[in-house]
Amino acid sequence: MKHLLSAADVDRDEATAILDTATRMHAIQDREVKKLPPLRGRTIVNLFFEDSTRTRSSFEIAGKWLSADVINVSAKGSSVSKGESLRDTALTVAAMGVDALVVRHNASGAVQRIAGWVSGCSVRAVVNAGDGTHEHPTQALLDAYTLRNRLGDLEGRHVVIVGDITHSRVARSNVLLLHTLGARVTLVAPPTLLPSGVATWTCETSWDLDATLSGKAFGDVDAVMMLRVQRERMSGGYFATEREYAINYGLSPQRLDMLAEHVPVLHPGPMNRGLEISSVAADSPRSVVLDQVQAGVAVRMAVLYRLLAGAEEEVAV
Amino acid sequence: MSILLAGAKPLGGKAVDVLIEDGTITGVGAKLAASNRPDERIDCSGLVLLPGFVDLHTHLREPGREDAETVATGSAAAALGGYTAVHAMANTNPVADTAEIVEQVARLGERAGLVDVRPVGAVSKGLAGQELAEIGTMARSAAAVRIFSDDGRCVHDSRLMRRAFEYAKAFGGVIAQHAQDPRLADGSACCHEGEVSGRLGLAGWPAVAEESIVARDVMLAEHTGSRLHVCHVSTGGTVEVIRWAKARGIAVTAEVTPHHLLLTCDLLSSYDPVFKVNPPLRPDSDVQALRAALADGTLDAVATDHAPHAPHDKDHAFGDAAFGMLGLQTALGVVAESMVSTGLLNWAGVADRMSVRPAAIGGLVTHGRPIEPGEPANLTLIDPDGSYTVDADALASKSRNTPFAGRTLPAAVVATFLRGRATVRDGKLVDGIPA
Repeated sequence: MKHLLSAADVDRDEATAILDTATRMHAIQDREVKKLPPLRGRTIVNLFFEDSTRTRSSFEIAGKWLSADVINVSAKGSSVSKGESLRDTALTVAAMGVDALVVRHNASGAVQRIAGWVSGCSVRAVVNAGDGTHEHPTQALLDAYTLRNRLGDLEGRHVVIVGDITHSRVARSNVLLLHTLGARVTLVAPPTLLPSGVATWTCETSWDLDATLSGKAFGDVDAVMMLRVQRERMSGGYFATEREYAINYGLSPQRLDMLAEHVPVLHPGPMNRGLEISSVAADSPRSVVLDQVQAGVAVRMAVLYRLLAGAEEEVAV
Repeated sequence: MSILLAGAKPLGGKAVDVLIEDGTITGVGAKLAASNRPDERIDCSGLVLLPGFVDLHTHLREPGREDAETVATGSAAAALGGYTAVHAMANTNPVADTAEIVEQVARLGERAGLVDVRPVGAVSKGLAGQELAEIGTMARSAAAVRIFSDDGRCVHDSRLMRRAFEYAKAFGGVIAQHAQDPRLADGSACCHEGEVSGRLGLAGWPAVAEESIVARDVMLAEHTGSRLHVCHVSTGGTVEVIRWAKARGIAVTAEVTPHHLLLTCDLLSSYDPVFKVNPPLRPDSDVQALRAALADGTLDAVATDHAPHAPHDKDHAFGDAAFGMLGLQTALGVVAESMVSTGLLNWAGVADRMSVRPAAIGGLVTHGRPIEPGEPANLTLIDPDGSYTVDADALASKSRNTPFAGRTLPAAVVATFLRGRATVRDGKLVDGIPA
């Protein structure tokens, strides 16, 4: 693995290795001194073309706990409107002697483009921190980490992902990675929010949340992931009203009760309470939302470590 | 000035000698060489002689974006591609929506002198889709505009389209429609809506956004008794609509671009905007339907939609980059690969789709003519067994956005003659690439 641009870049062994490394990294969160030396002298730039609080700070903390120098560059606002090409922006940042770029962009494929342009520079690795409606591979890794902690091996496990699949980079990366790890995935959404060609993906799809959660449609459920629904989708005619969406696709207390004892509820955040997830569900013991955030730091440490320090070195924790 | 093309095969038929004198073909037959003493004799053995190509759809970018292309550099690319006439689209800055602008473009074309540059006039003022542009004045101007198009944008307002159809009849005009329902495919739509757009997370451009507009427009053309030309047909569904309309006797013609005959949307997996074009590349099933329709004549013409862009308009994320790709210098090779090598068209068919029919659609009387004595010598000499390896940096266009870079395409343009004068010889511009 040279870059992490897509969840498809990691095979099962690589994914397992990242998650195992993350487990060891996770241990330092309970320490008083949260610092490991392996990336000392390395420079990581968080190049964010789109607002982000949680992903950016998660990467920043991950880099710092590995002793890297982490710089945040906010390049918000389309470079098109500024007259600078994306290529210029990427090469300018890369020319500063950066070891790794962590990039978020509001356009699908932007990070892949940047990885191509900086291939001749000092940059050794490019990490996709979310590109448009395409992918968000570290989110999928942290979700898999969280699931593994709750459920053990994911082989044969059935994960239900509910919400705006069409516009979700989280869903795309999760479908790829969970399949790689041997899990089964069912996507649930109204027909307007399922992407074209979804029938070719390695998952099942359903318009009926109740039939899916009850296990009648695709078998017993082992985990439920609720996705954020952007309110502006309503004006695009993707659904009628928030009320109707919540009634049909929200994780209500009643639906929560349909789930077996062991089933965790995930959400990549930020949550729209009352829309895709009820407060009862969000605050229930099943909710692993904060575990996901914690896992985010450990998984990103593992990714940065494996990309920059080399997979062959053992972590001295 | 006389030139003898010795042993050329008109339309790929039997080898004959063709004599050109003072811009006109004066002799076609065996052994003309013996009875004439031409100023110049060109050995054409093995070469095919075609009427000079006519492009119905060229973006020359002047006025406004002379950094991407000028009338002169675009004309040079056209000549190298075997073209003797091009239609310059109206989406310049300022928009070609008045007699002054179309006359300026025509004058720039005359000055370059490499191909006949025929300006296309806008249908609506400023391409805004609100009010009719001065279609009549442009038609009666020195540029004698015959094709009107808001290309780049769709005339989506049904009432405006109806009026344009009716109004253009008085001037013998044809409305060339960029068919894209903006409610089904807005400006962000950049990838054929299907498996690829879903996987890549790119905004979908569904086939129905084109097909529904073409269906409406053929009905409007029938209702108004006017002429419709459909730009850059990209889907099999549109082909079916046009086939139906033609069978019904509706006055509709249609074009297909070279890139839609060869490339598919699978190329977008690279996210390289060199493959970003409007309408988007489609799946192979559409490519095959377009080839079949061009072969059977449902699609009348190959038109390049040559769309030069400066690097800084392409060096962005896919969704942010400009739409369009170069086409003039690669058109013959792409048509040869997709249509001739596959047995779908012979060289006479290529002449029909790249010269005869586009000239008729554009109302050009001196292009797309038979290769016979008395006809104007607007001709293209090609090597059917040659090949052309596309080197983006060597193109005559000011821009480099060819999707065919590095490809070797069959057939090669050897020479192009505009009114008997060679603009291209041995595959090179006679006067070099314009500055």
